[in-house]
Amino acid sequence: MDVDISIRVDGDTHRLSVDTRTTVLDTLRERLGITSPKKGCDHGQCGACTVLLNGRRVNSCLLLAVAHDGAEIVTAAGLAVDGQMHPMQRSFIEHDAFQCGYCTPGQIVSAVAMLGEAAAGWPSFATPAGEQPATPDSGGMRDDEIRERMSGNLCRCAAYANIVPAIREVAEA
Amino acid sequence: MRPFRYARAENVAGAVALLARSPEGAFLGAGTNLVDLMKLEVLTPDLLVDVRQLTSDAVEELPDGGVRIGAAVPNSDLAAHPLIRRRYPLLSEAILAGASGQLRNMATTGGNLLQRTRCPYWQNITTPCNKREPGSGCSAIDGFNRDMAILGSSPQCVATHPSDMAVALTALDAIVRTEGPSGERTIPLAQLHRLPGNEPQRDTILQHGELITAVDVPPLPYAVRSRYRKVRDRASYAFALVSVAAAIDVQDGVVRDLRIALGGVAHKPWRATIAEQALRGQPADPDQFWAAASAEVAEARPLTHNAFKVPLARNTIVETLLNLTGISG
Repeated sequence: MDVDISIRVDGDTHRLSVDTRTTVLDTLRERLGITSPKKGCDHGQCGACTVLLNGRRVNSCLLLAVAHDGAEIVTAAGLAVDGQMHPMQRSFIEHDAFQCGYCTPGQIVSAVAMLGEAAAGWPSFATPAGEQPATPDSGGMRDDEIRERMSGNLCRCAAYANIVPAIREVAEA
Repeated sequence: MRPFRYARAENVAGAVALLARSPEGAFLGAGTNLVDLMKLEVLTPDLLVDVRQLTSDAVEELPDGGVRIGAAVPNSDLAAHPLIRRRYPLLSEAILAGASGQLRNMATTGGNLLQRTRCPYWQNITTPCNKREPGSGCSAIDGFNRDMAILGSSPQCVATHPSDMAVALTALDAIVRTEGPSGERTIPLAQLHRLPGNEPQRDTILQHGELITAVDVPPLPYAVRSRYRKVRDRASYAFALVSVAAAIDVQDGVVRDLRIALGGVAHKPWRATIAEQALRGQPADPDQFWAAASAEVAEARPLTHNAFKVPLARNTIVETLLNLTGISG
């Protein structure tokens, strides 16, 4: 069964007909040629496919495109503005926060959204009971907060030792 | 993935009617679990009725001091909600102990309750599984069963319920509101999920086409000090080996009332009624906690690889109660 949908990706509107079985990830990569979201596990476990869906970070491999007609999606490629890298992208480069790079677009989208969640006052499992979470505005984030909030993004090269400082630097900026 | 039709309805009644006419259909919430199981062909619905826009996505205060959670409230929003964090911190903690930031942004309250077991044999269509294919046998009982149930299992199925949120809501005596082909009803959460018995294919008592519309949490003033303690193989993003949701009201050294529920040990969130009864009215001290927790797991029937869960469950209950009461063990 094919269904007509319209999605907006990194500022551009796309209208297309998709099989009901097609995920948002496959729509982006295979139908629209937008390859910054990566297919790692395809089961919502690794985070390589992370995109912003209507402003929130999600695993695009678990979203059926048909259920997200009209959605606004931002990929890692769409974080750059006027050809200028997003501060998180620059920080990942400066900290050498990757090896093979396959998980990196998902890591960067997730990190940007995660800082927004913390700034909005969302607690994490690492937030001490009864306390407001540390935010970029309240003097940066502890490494355990960053690690907990980023636990949905796996890096099998184990570049975590540089990913955490890369994110911390943006959180403190 | 097998082909399926996709449909939306104007309202809950329309969605219920659509599904009632399609015995092989399923409701689609966020799909974080369902879509994955469809990729694996563990589930092969021929129709998905999208209900994500149909139920409330709001958390509301009830006149009795409780809280009503719309079925479409995302897990992230529920965990961060000021009312939940203030009145029921164990619920916020339980949600934040589960899944990842991305998944919690998608997953809904109703869908979280109805997520399926992560038993690897259920998720693998090449292995026998009574839950997936009744009568085919249980691969887990004599297989790799480290993660399986120790309480309430049957010779047919030893799977566990994976939700953290449901464990906290069970401790809180939550009420599930549904609308189905037979109308609306309310179900105490403790009765929503089934033990496997001879019908492990049925996770819950819901009828086909019955949709969760909201979850009501009754007032529990002493839950302002409550806790969700999760023991797992990794510090984050792992299912529970054992978890404990607890709240306890101690006055003048005596346990006035308490709530304990366990995760990771049974086919459903396990309300620790034996331990609760043993402690109510008793002195709040480590020996009483130890005796009550031991009584709760006395009926445990561990398998080849999960006997460790019995002392782990006992100790985690004791540790959580000690922590909540400020008593040092």
